[in-house]
Amino acid sequence: MTATATRPPAPPTSRPPRPPRVISFSQRLSRWDLKVSPYLYISPFFIMFAVVGLFPIAFTAVISFMDWDLVRNSGQFIGFDQYAWILGQPQFWTALRNTFSIFLFSAVPQLIAAIFIAAMLDRNIRAKTFWRMGVLVPFVMAPVAVALIFSNMFGDNHGLVNNILTDVGLPAIQWHKDAFWSHVAIATMVNFRWTGYNTLILLAAMQAIPRDYYEAATVDGAGAFRQFRSITLPSLKPTLIFVIITATIGGLQIFDEPRMFDQFGRGGAAQQWLTITLYLYDIGWGQWNFGRAAALAWILFLIILIIGLINLLVTRRLVRDEGRR
Amino acid sequence: MTALETPPISTTEASDSERMPQPRATRGRNRTTKIRGVRAGFWVYVGLGVVLVGALFPFYWSFLIGSGDSSTINDPNMSWIPGGNFLENAATVVNDPAVNFWRALGNSITSSLLIAASVVVTSTLAGWAFAKLRFPGSKPLLVFVVATMAVPMQLGVVPLYILFSDLGWTGNIGAIVIPAVTSAFGVFWMTQYLQQSVPDELIEAARVDGASMIRTFWTIGVVAARPAAAMLGLFTFVTAWNNFFWPFIVLDRSDPTLPVALSLLQSNHFVDYSIVLAGVLLSTLPLLLLFVFAGKQLVSGIMQGAVKG
Repeated sequence: MTATATRPPAPPTSRPPRPPRVISFSQRLSRWDLKVSPYLYISPFFIMFAVVGLFPIAFTAVISFMDWDLVRNSGQFIGFDQYAWILGQPQFWTALRNTFSIFLFSAVPQLIAAIFIAAMLDRNIRAKTFWRMGVLVPFVMAPVAVALIFSNMFGDNHGLVNNILTDVGLPAIQWHKDAFWSHVAIATMVNFRWTGYNTLILLAAMQAIPRDYYEAATVDGAGAFRQFRSITLPSLKPTLIFVIITATIGGLQIFDEPRMFDQFGRGGAAQQWLTITLYLYDIGWGQWNFGRAAALAWILFLIILIIGLINLLVTRRLVRDEGRR
Repeated sequence: MTALETPPISTTEASDSERMPQPRATRGRNRTTKIRGVRAGFWVYVGLGVVLVGALFPFYWSFLIGSGDSSTINDPNMSWIPGGNFLENAATVVNDPAVNFWRALGNSITSSLLIAASVVVTSTLAGWAFAKLRFPGSKPLLVFVVATMAVPMQLGVVPLYILFSDLGWTGNIGAIVIPAVTSAFGVFWMTQYLQQSVPDELIEAARVDGASMIRTFWTIGVVAARPAAAMLGLFTFVTAWNNFFWPFIVLDRSDPTLPVALSLLQSNHFVDYSIVLAGVLLSTLPLLLLFVFAGKQLVSGIMQGAVKG
């Protein structure tokens, strides 16, 4: 409106004369609106994320190279010493072993169970919503609550599971003393809470498989099991990759269940079920050594990244193999 | 792979039945249902029944123990019928000054609501921009958001703790709300949803009609986003409610959330599990109630997220 109006008129040679481009205030506002709005919309997320997400991650990295003084609230750079200290602790390796062991005992049976339950839900059943809600009920219970119930059921002396075992003539199991069995008990808690959730994700993927594949397979004379193996499973691969990766990220961070497995919360008398995050908590808020806790946090993150990448590579290969066959 | 070879056969099958004259239609319908083989049989219900019992049993077990007394658990001839002490045990939980049950309930409600609301708002705004507005840098920024979903909470707790103790906020529920006000998962979720549910033409039409960006967002984006926003809110609420690690670190024992209160209950009453499990049920009750009313939405939310995600 203003700038363009004062522009000298176009030279008479250029004919037909283009009308002077008059950009009204509202038009300019609209253009500015178009350009700036997207950034305006994403800014609340990114600003908050920078403050509570990015800054802490970077700062953790800084602290992990420091001997952090809680009183002065500052630290002294000591290079990789904290990392070396962590890696030199036998407790760290025990925690690493336990974390992986619990993760495997939870992820593998859970996925197998979830696939089969999803296959049942995928059939033409009555009261679909009822059954779907039914499998999801455990998800609303806090892991802490789940852990309290199960550590009671897995009690060493009068726990429900041991009572049943002795009733049928089997020896009672020392759930809280034996490392292997404590991992089974803790993995059971994880499975209880997450199986239904993963079932629903896999069910959604199953329902996206075109039904005529199955019809055709039936015409070809393929039985239910063959159909499941040759149609359902291969079509589930992308979803399975997603589920496995999420389970890895979550599973390697496990804290709530082992923390609540007994009333001391320190991973057992001989660190039978000490996990990495439990160890991190102990270093940070038991021994109040933030430098070491930060180093352990980064080690945990790197482990998650490595395992995630391995998962991705392995599952991708499997998918490609399946395609070639 | 059979799946890839078979579709042609199924097409001939379909066109066959199309050609079929009217009288055979009923038989044709019967046959297709049979071919789909999906009318579930008895064993499917048995299998699902077992799963359902497994999913509900721990709830029943905690009621069984929680309604007994301290000796119930050690009784070899324990009855499978609940005792009559639940209210008494619940009263012990609620009145235990070391557990602060009512404060914990209040804190859980307030913090989970605040977190859910702010995650929904920030995610809807960012999701709309990523899904429907073109701007330089949009692709890499979205990839960045997705990548951050792999970052564990553990990676931030040390500096956050230092930050909040500097501010004097440890023990305040602000310390558990602030770190959770945004969610990369939420942004990803809303982006996916809005991408598919809003046609671009609609936005262009609105722009041509002279609607400002904010007006377009408000009248088209927000309206379209409502179902996904509800599910995201529900999901975030449940996650926030159940969160333990960070609240356990940063909150004072005198001002906990419910999961933190449960851990206090355990350390105070581990000799009497009837009280611990009564507390477990009590703290789960609000979410069970929520599940009764909104469980259906939670189910379809998880399933939709799976297909799109």
